[in-house]
Amino acid sequence: MMGYENQESHLYASKEEMESLVLDDDSPNGTAHPFSDPLSSSSSLPFAEIPTDQSQTPNSSFNSILEPPSYAEAIFRSFDADHSSPQLNGAHDHSIASPSSPPSSDDFLTITVSDPQKEQELSNSLVPGGTAYVTYLITTRTNLPEFDGTEFSVRRRFRDVVTLSDRLAESYRGFFIPLRPDKSVVESQVMQKQEFLEQRRAALEKYLRRLAAHPVIRRSEELRMFLEANGKLPLVRTTDVASRMLDGAVQLPKQIFGETAGGMVDANEVAQPAKGGRDLLRIFRELKQSVSNDWGGVKPPVVEEDKELVEKKQKLHDFEQQLSNVSQQAEALVKAQQDIGETMGQMGLAFVKLTKFETERAVYDSQRTRAADMKNVATASVKASRLYRELNAQTVKHLDKLHEYLGVMLAVNNAFSDRSSALLTVQTLLSELSSLNSRIEKLEAAASKIFGGDRSRIRKIEELKETHRVTEDAKSSAVKEYERIKENNKNELERFEKERHDDFLGMLRGFIVNQAGYAEKMANVWKTVAEETSGYAKHGS
Amino acid sequence: MNTMQRSGSGSLQSPRSPSSQAPFLSVSVTDPAKMGNGVQAYISYKVITKTNLPEYQGNEKIVIRRYSDFVWLHDRLFEKYKGIFIPPLPEKSTVEKFRFSAEFIEMRRQALDVFVNRIASHHELRQSDDLRIFLQADEQTMDRARFQETGIFKKKPADLIQIFKDVQSKVSDVVLGKEKPVEESTPEYEKMKNYIFELEDHLAEAQKHAFRLVKRHRELGESLSEFGKAVKLLGTCDDDALGKAFSELGAKSEIISIKLQKEAHHLLMNFEEPLKDYVRAVQSIKATIAERAAAFKKQCELAETIKFKEIDLNKYRLTRSEKLAEAEREYEMLKAEGEETSRRFDTIVRLMNEEIVRFQEQKTSDMGLAFHEFAKGQARLSNGIADAWRSLLPKLEAHSS
Repeated sequence: MMGYENQESHLYASKEEMESLVLDDDSPNGTAHPFSDPLSSSSSLPFAEIPTDQSQTPNSSFNSILEPPSYAEAIFRSFDADHSSPQLNGAHDHSIASPSSPPSSDDFLTITVSDPQKEQELSNSLVPGGTAYVTYLITTRTNLPEFDGTEFSVRRRFRDVVTLSDRLAESYRGFFIPLRPDKSVVESQVMQKQEFLEQRRAALEKYLRRLAAHPVIRRSEELRMFLEANGKLPLVRTTDVASRMLDGAVQLPKQIFGETAGGMVDANEVAQPAKGGRDLLRIFRELKQSVSNDWGGVKPPVVEEDKELVEKKQKLHDFEQQLSNVSQQAEALVKAQQDIGETMGQMGLAFVKLTKFETERAVYDSQRTRAADMKNVATASVKASRLYRELNAQTVKHLDKLHEYLGVMLAVNNAFSDRSSALLTVQTLLSELSSLNSRIEKLEAAASKIFGGDRSRIRKIEELKETHRVTEDAKSSAVKEYERIKENNKNELERFEKERHDDFLGMLRGFIVNQAGYAEKMANVWKTVAEETSGYAKHGS
Repeated sequence: MNTMQRSGSGSLQSPRSPSSQAPFLSVSVTDPAKMGNGVQAYISYKVITKTNLPEYQGNEKIVIRRYSDFVWLHDRLFEKYKGIFIPPLPEKSTVEKFRFSAEFIEMRRQALDVFVNRIASHHELRQSDDLRIFLQADEQTMDRARFQETGIFKKKPADLIQIFKDVQSKVSDVVLGKEKPVEESTPEYEKMKNYIFELEDHLAEAQKHAFRLVKRHRELGESLSEFGKAVKLLGTCDDDALGKAFSELGAKSEIISIKLQKEAHHLLMNFEEPLKDYVRAVQSIKATIAERAAAFKKQCELAETIKFKEIDLNKYRLTRSEKLAEAEREYEMLKAEGEETSRRFDTIVRLMNEEIVRFQEQKTSDMGLAFHEFAKGQARLSNGIADAWRSLLPKLEAHSS
């Protein structure tokens, strides 16, 4: 696919910026990317599967309460079994947004994050004694060919994760890249150290696993380096603004005006999104362009012509809003389930105490009978309370998918932003070209009136024509980039739609089976008590 | 729900057929109606009596009564039948906005129905004149009787509380071994008193949680309903299989939410209310305990007074004082009063012994029924929920393929 190959060449271009050795000097095409269709449809649904084999030995504790297996029980049991069975792709928890199987079912890339350790910063900082930071052990098991080994570990700090995330965002514009964990400065102060470290460890693991689950990103060089390269992470961090501003003043003319003599503008530079600091002037220009797009009477030279996309974006936006609402209600539901379970348990305990009391102080047989009845109710209440608790733990797992997809929607929005900003760059350049053209025309017209030529004007015309050529190149580059991103968007959208469909249907099934299964168990608990006390009903009516 | 706790143990069951020769007295409290406006507004109830007892006029009588009429009946019986555990009344409502809510009115009606029926099936209480007045008198007569009551026979709440306090402190005093001459302290009676006081605590706790459980059912219903609505909206974002699946889930959630609300109401009326009734019954016993303590105290004090009077009498005899005749008369009166007081006290003791047996038996069957209703309701709810969710699965299969 053209889109991916372009990304390849671009990737190697940016490698020149890297500070340290690049280990892999292979040629940019051919061997490294056996690209089969990343949208292959052989996705297995962990929850949707109905097993033909019902004779699995369930290790679930509630089988003691039930007797003949029912429809829900059969599915329910299979659901339990799937929980315990190991899954491919490092997906131990089913909280991954994209569980679609990799192109070849043998491929795996399993990542674990563990062992937070405090380390000292070497004294290249101004603070005497250095500052402390935490590193995590990242362990990888894989059989993917890009990697040098099959099992290896590195230590990385959170800053490295930020770097990885930034580099991926640059290299994979237009892709739905999973969002990295927050920096959460406030939380690190407020929470207990241990709690915070554990939370961060879990978040990092989730993030890396999601990257590993993405069919394209899992094969990226950036991820490989992060997982495998020993010692310092060989990816450049975002440099500080000041130095970039110095750079910027020099770079910008190269990018947009190409005024240096024989200046070779790296057209690919232009294709990069404008960043703060070094691209300050460019940002101003693009901002001016976007304003004129919005308010100017003139239609911008290139518009977002894909109406279908505009509709899709709107639909996704609506989906995101409703999803957020459902997520909120889901939280409330979980709380209500928790509450009823707790109260049921507390009431059960109160009846246990009453039973004990009546038994100890019983003078009459009627008291002993009552104590026996009460004991049944108390036991049943406590059982029901436990069932509610289990039900809720499962419910949380299922409905967590909602929350997860909210994160995915953010990634989708980012991908669409990439596209918009690439388009804006193209529009800006076209606008530049157009104004250059009119300036050239004017000068040529004026110069032609003077017989024999106007040396200064002619020189000026030459300069402008040179600038025009450079700008033309930059525009071509920008257009290519824009098209590339569009293609990425399109592919990712297809993948997303399918995964969303499968994920949510799986979530719904899991939720429903869970609810039905536990309701059935509770019904059985109470049925017994109702039968035991049925004698009283006759007296009353 | 008039079927609750109609039977009293050992007393006459009321056969349904009016042509039967066995005596019966059957009462029902129905048709609550709001009367009056504003601050003066109140609820009135129809009290329907069916009987073949000769003391009652005719086979059927319908009268209109309000809550304070029931209070009048309760207080009269409490005064006249010391030693018997008078059936408890539902509480007066202090929260204004709750007073006319449908649920409160229904709960109160049910409790009043149970109250009157328990009196009508108690072998002694059913014979009371006050019951007859309550069931038969026209409304003006009833009003007059009620107004006469205030101030004369009514114990002020402060007095009652003081009596409770005395009883409670005296219970612990005797347990601690302190001798107090005006305190009854047989070991069986002590045991019974301790039992009653502790029972109240245990029951109150269970009832508190039962009440909360009702609330939790309602809350779960509400949150499931909101969840369902939100999921339905999510379903409108897609017009494919996924969208339909969401819509179906949302709709089903709303249906289940209604089941939860229904069960909450059933739980309230058939489980929590009987528990509360149990607590009230225990409190009624405590009131009787207080009465017994008062009677015992009076008996002792009177005995003291008589002793002193005897001393005076002998003094007068020796000195041949004119006061002798008068003193002898007073002495005779005191002796008579002393016998009367003793007799009353002994009656209380005897009645209480019978009542405690009846109480335990009645509570076993009351609670047995309440437990049955609770379990039945929970089973019905859970089965309904399981069926509802399961019914979605075939459709979901269809969507996945």
